[in-house]
Formats: sequence, C-alpha cells, structure tokens
Amino acid sequence: MSAHSTSSLHSSSSPLKTYFAVWIALLIGTGLTVYAATLDLGRFNAAVALGIATAKATLVALFFMHVYHASEKLTKLVVIAALFFLLLLLGLTMSDYATRPWS
Amino acid sequence: MSMEIAIPQPVERENYLNKEYGVWSWLLTTDHKRIALLYLISITFFFFIGGFFALLIRLELLTPAGDLVQADTYNKLFSMHGIVMVFFFLVPSIPAVLGNFLVPMMIGAKDLAFPRINLLSWYLYIIGGVMMVHCMLTGGVDTGWTFYAPFSTNFSNTKVVEAGLAVFVAGFSSILTGLNFVVTIHRMRAPGMTWSRLPLFIWAHYATSIIQLLGTPVLAITLTLVVAERALHLGIFDPKLGGDPVLFQHLFWFYSHPAVYIMILPAMGVITEIIACFSRKRIFGYSFVAFSSIAIAVFGFLVWAHHMFVAGTSVYAALVFSLLSYAVAVPSAIKVFNWTATLYKGSIHYDAPMLYAFGFLGLFTIGGLTGLFLAALGIDVHVTDTYFVVAHFHYIMVGGAVMGYLGGMHFWWPKISGRLYPEGWARLAALIVFIGFNLTFFPQFLLGYMGMPRRYYDYSHMPEFQVLNVLSTAGATVLGVGYLLPMVYFLWSMRYGKPASDNPWNAAGLEWMTTSPPPTFNFDEEPVVTWEAYNYEELDAPSHAQEVPVAG
Amino acid sequence: MRRRSPLPDSTLVGLHHEEEHHPELLHHFANAEQQRDSSSLGMWVFLATEVMFFGGLFCAYLIYRRWYFPDFAAASKSINMALGATNTAVLICSSLTVVLAVWAAQTARRTLLILSLIATMLLGVVFLGIKGIEYRDKFVEHHVPGASFSFENEPVPGHPGQFANPRHAEIFFSLYFVMTGLHALHMIIGLGIFAWLLYAAWKGRFTPEYHTPIEIGGLYWHFVDLIWIYLFPLLYLIDRHP
Repeated sequence: MSAHSTSSLHSSSSPLKTYFAVWIALLIGTGLTVYAATLDLGRFNAAVALGIATAKATLVALFFMHVYHASEKLTKLVVIAALFFLLLLLGLTMSDYATRPWS
Repeated sequence: MSMEIAIPQPVERENYLNKEYGVWSWLLTTDHKRIALLYLISITFFFFIGGFFALLIRLELLTPAGDLVQADTYNKLFSMHGIVMVFFFLVPSIPAVLGNFLVPMMIGAKDLAFPRINLLSWYLYIIGGVMMVHCMLTGGVDTGWTFYAPFSTNFSNTKVVEAGLAVFVAGFSSILTGLNFVVTIHRMRAPGMTWSRLPLFIWAHYATSIIQLLGTPVLAITLTLVVAERALHLGIFDPKLGGDPVLFQHLFWFYSHPAVYIMILPAMGVITEIIACFSRKRIFGYSFVAFSSIAIAVFGFLVWAHHMFVAGTSVYAALVFSLLSYAVAVPSAIKVFNWTATLYKGSIHYDAPMLYAFGFLGLFTIGGLTGLFLAALGIDVHVTDTYFVVAHFHYIMVGGAVMGYLGGMHFWWPKISGRLYPEGWARLAALIVFIGFNLTFFPQFLLGYMGMPRRYYDYSHMPEFQVLNVLSTAGATVLGVGYLLPMVYFLWSMRYGKPASDNPWNAAGLEWMTTSPPPTFNFDEEPVVTWEAYNYEELDAPSHAQEVPVAG
Repeated sequence: MRRRSPLPDSTLVGLHHEEEHHPELLHHFANAEQQRDSSSLGMWVFLATEVMFFGGLFCAYLIYRRWYFPDFAAASKSINMALGATNTAVLICSSLTVVLAVWAAQTARRTLLILSLIATMLLGVVFLGIKGIEYRDKFVEHHVPGASFSFENEPVPGHPGQFANPRHAEIFFSLYFVMTGLHALHMIIGLGIFAWLLYAAWKGRFTPEYHTPIEIGGLYWHFVDLIWIYLFPLLYLIDRHP
C-alpha cells in the first residue's frame, strides 16, 4: 500500500531495526513463557502464559503485519471485528458452562 | 421516410450473453453476470431436489400411519430436504444469483473485486453439490440437517462423512462469495457513490457477507470435528469419553442461527428495492434501514442458544439468550415499519414483483412474530420440536426469502435476459404461490401448538391431526404449481418475450442506466454519481419521463 | 502519486484509466492502487475467517480444559515441551524472514528477497519435521485417540497418588491432534504459497511498485505463526511446574 511504502522509505533502516527488535522480543517472550510455566503461580500460570502470548501476538500483528502503520482504519476494523466475534463465541458459550450447577 | 417495421426486432447489440458462445466461454467465464446465471441454473436444480424430498414428506404425512416409507427412510427425507434447501438453495440463492449479477452494477463497477475467486466459488458449490448428490444416491444421511452428536458421530449408519464434507465445501463457496462482496463494496464503488448513496440492496448484501465470513468458518470446523470423530475416532463430543454433545450444538448453532439471517437479509434488500420502485418513493428512513441490516448481522450472532432451550444448557444462559432473541427482532421490525411507511402515500403499482413484496411483508411479519413466541422460554418448552417451529421457519424462509427471491427474479429479469416476462401469468403465479404457501404452512402452526412433533413419520396415535396434514399437503401441491409457472414462462420469455428497454420499470439505480442485457463490462463509460439513491421524484418528473423509454 | 480522495476507502481516480498500464494490472481495476488495496483487504478478511475457523477449536479446548483440568495437565505433560518451544522459536524466526522478504521486495533487493523466501520455507519445513517427530512419539506411546489409545497410570501433576482419567485425556489428545494437525495443514499450504512466490520472484515479477503477492502471502504466514503462539502455551504448558 502506498502509505506503507512511504513510511518505510523515510529511512530505509528504521523498519529493519523495528523488525529485529520485535524478533528479539518474541524470542525473549517465548523463553519467559517457558520459564514462567516452571514456576508455581497457582491460578495465574494460565493468565501469565496467555498474557505473554497475547503480547507476542500483538507485536506480530502490529509490526510484522504492519497493522500499526496501516494506512486506513479498515484494516484495524477487520482485526478488531475478528477478535470481537471470537470473544463472543468463547464468552457466550462459556456463559452456559460457567453457570451450570451440575458440572 | 424510413420504413416503419411492424414488429420491432430486438437490436442485437453486443452484450454479456452474446459476446462469446460455447460451453467453455461459460465454464471458464470470469464475468460476474455469467457466473450469476451459472448459479441460477445450479440452485434451481437443487431447488427441485429439495422440493422432491418435501413432496415425499408431505405424501407420507397424508395418512397417520407410516405407510409410504420406513422410519429410517423418512429420517433421510427430512434430513436431505433440509440440507439441500438450506445449504444448496437458500444460502446461495439471492447472493449468488442476484447479488453476483447486481452488486458490481449497482455500485458502478466493471466486475467484482476478485472475478476468478467468484468462478472458484461456483466450482466449489458444484463440487459440494456433486458430493451431496452422490451421498443421496448411495444411501443418504439421516441425522437431520442439524447433524447432532452423538448420533451423527457414533450411531448413525448413513453417509454422515460425505454429507458433512459436501456442506463444508459448499460453505467455503459461501465464504468466498462474502469475501468478494465485502472487498468489492469497499473498494470498487464508482466516483460519487458514497456509502449513503448505495442502494439498500447493497447494504443488505454487505451485512449478509459479514455473517457469511464470520459464521460459516465455525460451521466448517464443527463439521470437521464430526467427520474427524466418525472417521478417525477423535472423540470430542463423545459422552463415553466425557465429551459434551451440547458443545456440538453450541458450535453448530453459532453458525446456523446467523445463517438464517444470511437467508433473509438479501431478500430484505430485494424487497426494499421493489417497494421503492413500485411506490415511486424513496425508502422511508434510509439510514435506519441501512443500519438495521448491520444490526441484524451483529445481533444475529448473539442469540444462537435459543435453539437449545431444552437441550441442557444452564437456566441463566437460557434467560440471557431469550432476552437477546427479543432484541434481535427490533431491527427487523424497524425494517417492516420503514417499508410500510414507504408505501404510505406512495403511488402503488401492482406488478408481479410488488405482489411478491406484499406477500413478503405479511408472511415475514407472521414468521417473525412467531419467532418471538419461540423466544419466550415458557412457550418454547411447549412447542419446541413440534410443527410450530417448522411453520415458523418456513414462514420466514419460504414466505420471506423465497418470495423475495422470486420478486427479485421478476424485477430484474428484463435486465438479466433483455426480455419481459408475461405480466398476467406472473401475477397469477404470485397469487398461487401465496395461497399455496399459506395453505401448506398455516395448518402447521395449529398442528404444532396442538402437539404434533416434527420429524415424525407416523402420527397414528394422534389421528385427529390428519385433517390439517391433508390441508398442508394440498397446499404444497398448489405451491408447487406456483413455483413451476415462473420456470416455464421465464424460459418462454427468453425466446418469445418482448424485448426489454434499458429501464422498463423506470427504476432508480445504476443497473437501470445501462442496456438490457448489459454489456460485458456493464457500462460503456464509468458512471459518476451525483444524485442520491431512490431519486424517484426526479425520475417521475414530467420532463424526465419523456426521455426515459417505457417498457417495450 | 494519486492524492487520496475525500472518500476514505474507495480509491477514486477520476473518470478515465490510469496512464500506467502495468502488466500486472487486471482489467477490472481502475488502477494499481485499487488492485493493491483490494488484494490486501481480501487477505485480511480471509484471515478474519481463519480466526473464526480456529476459534471453534479454541472454544472446545477451553471448555474441556476447565472441566478436566487435572487430566489435561497430565496429558499436556506427556508432550515434548522442548520440541514445542523450539518450534515456537522456529516460527518466530520464519516471521522475521518473511518481513525481510517484504522489505527486500519494497527496496528492489532481489537476492535478499529470494534468500528470505527460501529461508522462510526451510524454517517451515523444519517446523513440520519437528511436528512429525512429535506425532511419531505420540503414536509410539499409544496417545493417538482411537482403538489403541492408552493413558493408564499417568500421574496428575501436583497431586501425588492421583491418576489421570484416560477418557478425559483422550479428549485432550483429540484436540491436540486436530488443532496442531489443522495448523500443520495451514503450514503446508503456506509452503505451497511461498513456493509459488519464490518462483515468481526468481522470474523477476516483483518490483517496488508491484509486490502485493509477497505482502499478502506474508500476512498469511504471520497468521499461521500467530495461531502457534497460542497453541504452544495452551497445549504444552498446562501445568509444568514441579
């Protein structure tokens, strides 16, 4: 997309720096996830693991998939819509399972 | 002076029909209009198959005893009637035929954004269809179109895997159609065609596409899990392993409820166009109708468990879904009010498309209201899995969607074929359809309320239900005649019908500003839109009326 | 460069066709920008459908994990965390090579483009290879659901003396195979896509003005990486603390 190429042509090395920084962050995040899994955090193990995963996913989406520099809101709207309906599926289904008194 | 020709011959301009001849020019076409016709032929074929199963069902139910077919066979009949009608007729019908034909034209584009993917959509539909036909010919499937586990996964002896895969493939076709429409509507509008100038048919198809895109994949994964469980023994819904059959229902209905909005929204779009044209008025409350389409698409995803009130969900979930189901009726009601307000003080013309629109208004309202009855938990416990539900959804899908489809086919037939259909026969057919429909399905409300269960081939312990069943079957016969008539006269008109002018209805919309039939690239010059939608005042202004050719 | 019209998402370019008739411009588009924007939107919308496709599996997974947590924990412990973590790193590296490929296409660096595409594919093959090893291990241990499934006497982590219910563990493994299998299928399709991109790049079809297939192929690949970013902790790390 035109705006995308414009932003990366501002300085040809800046996107590279971002990409390598994100790459390192992702690898560190993976290591953190594994390390955190070996700690006993009780009920927060899952939250931590998913939290780190979400942070990694956000980095991939924003910088590798260029959502951050997306030239129009429509791209972001599509991403948000997909996540919204996914959460709807998960959340409303859980509303049944979480309120069943018998299981 | 030139010689006056007594019988005007159709001017053989180059258009999308005569541009190329030969089977391969059709099978390898990327022209959205030709693809629309390919779909028209295919879905008509499946309509016959689904109708054939319906006929057998109604014949069996003429008598209380199960004497025409065996129980297992009857299970297959209603299953395949449902699968074929839902997935191979209703879901594609308006979007793949009228949508494919009209969406690019209505926005002033040359084609859809992805013409080759459009053709791929059709081939996927055909592949799914062939698989389904093969499944039917080699034993069929008896799980109901709902494929409930664990019967479908563990106990049915029929071709569940093949049917599931056939629907999966057809679903992928549906996803690609939705994808094409969304990108086209965002990216390919002609200069000046702003969102608020779009015909409401486009808004309706945009909303439909959102549902197709976000809902169908969940059906796909659910069917994948059923196939995996059956074929590979990967037990996700198997109660013996601790699996939950209700989970299947959650995942299945997450798509299948929005699916009913896939089936009705396009029809609503058609009806909007017809009512505006034949009232000679701009639709009342354009923004409300546009946004209500989007609201239906979004809200439609919030209500699926109202199909599961007696399935074993928690009471609290049932309450939430019941409340949400009341909410989803509001945008539909908004549309009905706006259509009615459009009619008020309009200049009403009773051409065949408008007769279908009137039929839609009444029948959709009844269907929608009975949906509210079902959304009430107390009533639902009483009438669920009875003929009340069957009548409710047939009022919407047949009284609503099919009448919308027929109305749209009549309205745009001159544009598609370049010919006029015979108006007298068309009005008669519309009347026959309306009468036949009500005779078929109104008794079913009564039957259901009195307790006749659905999916039963034998009601000999309730012989008092026979009278209403006989009425229903009689109605189905009348309805069948009503459906056959358009097929006959549309075909007849292709050779013997009067040639149509560009705009025989003097209707608003870019599609009417090009020839009938249109050229392959739709417009000789890219249109530039400087007027609002439904500019009927301008079209009917005396000075303008002289310039516009009247129906040939 | 065409100025963006006042209308945000329809590329208005006036009445007539662009002067540039780029060989890659398809006839039904008014100009290259419209084609590029359409392709990009099309891929994003497709990825949204993929989110919902995998979403159904995540829904099933979350429900059963909640119901059968001890059994899921025991089953999770039996899959190889080191291999899973390695695969996560492999995919992360492949996402880097993908963005490098896109950057190379944008800046007319054909050699880097080709090398990046090859590297991406190699990493994808490594991923699948490791997956194959894992699957083979599961097969050998009789953890593949079906007639020969067996999960007897497996201790529940953190609860000495308690053993996992084999039937519930079979549900875990059913989900494991469907989720990772579907993911692997998407990887294989991705490899196919990248093979085509590699061929086209080698033929010199991509320029700074036209490299949309690389961008949208990259989006697809990143998405496959995203799914794995969630699969890894959910499947491999349920209860790993000693």
